[in-house]
Amino acid sequence: MNAIEVNNLVKRYGKIEAVKGISFKVKEGEIFGLIGPNGAGKTTTLRIVATLLQITEGEVKIFEYDLKKDADEIRKIISYLPEDAGAYKNLTGREYLRFIAGFFDGEEIVEKGIKIADLGRRIDDKIETYSKGMTRRLLVARALMNSPKLAILDEPTTGLDVINAQEIRKIIQKIAKDGTTVLLSSHNMLEIEFLCDRIALINEGKIIEEGNPEELKRKYSARNIEEVFTEVVS
Amino acid sequence: MIGGTMEEAQKKPLIGIVDNDNGVFSSITKNVTKSMAEVIYDESGEKVDEGLEILKEKGGTALFLMPENFTYNILNNISAVIHVYWIMKGAGIMDMVSSDVVENIMYQINQKISEILIEKGKMNSSFVLSPIKKEETTIFKGKEMEGISPSTIGNILSSQSTTVPIIMMIIIIMAGGMVISSMGMEKENKTLETLLTLPVRRSSIVFGKIVGSAIVGLIMAIVYMIGFSYYINSFQQSMEINLAGYGISLNFFDYVLIGISVFFSLLSALSLCMVLGTFAKNYKSAQTLTVPVSILAIIPMFIIMFKDFDTLPFTLKIILFAIPFSHPMMAMRSLLFKNYFIVIAGILYVAIFAFILIMIAVWVFKTDKLITGRIKSPRKFFMRR
Repeated sequence: MNAIEVNNLVKRYGKIEAVKGISFKVKEGEIFGLIGPNGAGKTTTLRIVATLLQITEGEVKIFEYDLKKDADEIRKIISYLPEDAGAYKNLTGREYLRFIAGFFDGEEIVEKGIKIADLGRRIDDKIETYSKGMTRRLLVARALMNSPKLAILDEPTTGLDVINAQEIRKIIQKIAKDGTTVLLSSHNMLEIEFLCDRIALINEGKIIEEGNPEELKRKYSARNIEEVFTEVVS
Repeated sequence: MIGGTMEEAQKKPLIGIVDNDNGVFSSITKNVTKSMAEVIYDESGEKVDEGLEILKEKGGTALFLMPENFTYNILNNISAVIHVYWIMKGAGIMDMVSSDVVENIMYQINQKISEILIEKGKMNSSFVLSPIKKEETTIFKGKEMEGISPSTIGNILSSQSTTVPIIMMIIIIMAGGMVISSMGMEKENKTLETLLTLPVRRSSIVFGKIVGSAIVGLIMAIVYMIGFSYYINSFQQSMEINLAGYGISLNFFDYVLIGISVFFSLLSALSLCMVLGTFAKNYKSAQTLTVPVSILAIIPMFIIMFKDFDTLPFTLKIILFAIPFSHPMMAMRSLLFKNYFIVIAGILYVAIFAFILIMIAVWVFKTDKLITGRIKSPRKFFMRR
């Protein structure tokens, strides 16, 4: 079963065409990465899949639900972590996770969130006192604690140091093993190569290549995905 | 408004006279009145009712009734009585101007007669200085109130016509500001995108934000109203006049209607703020978006302070009715005089207004305008058509 089916997706902002008829499929349980430079259309695609933006043309299906008709149903099975997300600063970390848990199954998932965030005693401090890295860990925990069927993560390790970024990557791998499908975007091509089962290279609103990182490296005789991207774009 | 008040003060008031005395001093009284006012009815006999009808038709201010013994009493050192029948049109500051002019005529009549008596050598000073006594009956919105002048009624009602609109204005601006700021904060703290992808209906988010602020607004309203009622009670006691004695009071049903009017007005204000809040980019820009709401709350406050709804020109009536925040400001005075039609019509209008705005807010939340902030400029919108 496909977790995501995107067919000829177009998104226009007035005269600007941010996404120009892209198509891709993501299988259930897969980690699928969208990589590309700034302004390539990654975030727009992720926001559409996350039900935040409306489709100009084309079709998107999430676990057979049509995005245009069943957005409310889709929101029950997805979780979205925006690139520059924030949290309610006047709450403590625990209160924030509780607040979000209130939209799902309730108290049980809070403990899971606390475990993923791994903030120790600081979980009971106000979010306004957290560092950028701590806030990001809390937000990742918020996005993954309810074991969504589809996690949409926009630059999940942005702003994190090497150690924290590694831990987040491990968490993402673990939830995928537990059955969550992951759609993520990143500029960090090494991260994508490490995490993803399949990737799509996106540039100027178009998917210019798609496949397994190892296959793509072989196809373009490249040492890493960065070189694949350079080769494809040139 | 100020120009209108000055214009009103310079106009000669329309006066009616019923002279049952036909003596020297009633004649002097008529001459003074004619020099300062336009006398549109001048008869004698049992003509008070007829005179009042004509005055009401022509927009007159007062009718002076001089009894048979008017001149006789003055000549015998007894204060003469002029019975003044006031036709009060409204309780706003501008509505009271013509009655102030008539009060001045009464003063001039007293002065003139005093001068004549002094020239004649009358030495009873307390009588000479005030030979005329005034007995008053005020007719206002179908009620006849004996022994009370329009200025007294105006003073009591003006405490409502200023305090209630001010309270409503404060509540609308404060509670509305909360809604707009919450939208600005969601955008500034980057929490909006997360909120919009949670499994909750967009309409529930809109209602949640509105209801939260409405509860705070209503608590504020109750606190202000309690303070206000203490203020009014102390004011009425000090004047030793209780309008309830004239049948001008509110019953339980009236208070319920005021509550409903306040609720729907607050709801429409908050819905409007919700729609405006979608344009906020951050907390700072949210603050500037409260300006249109503040203006819409201030305009009816000033109009109602200066004029009664009934005495407004037709265009201003329409503008005042169209502004949803006017209705609770007008409700108390209308209900004191049992004018239920305007209050209930206002409640229905504001409820429909609030419903439409809530639907617009929900629609905005369902589109991606909230994320992209892209709203067609009016020019582009019309150019496409």
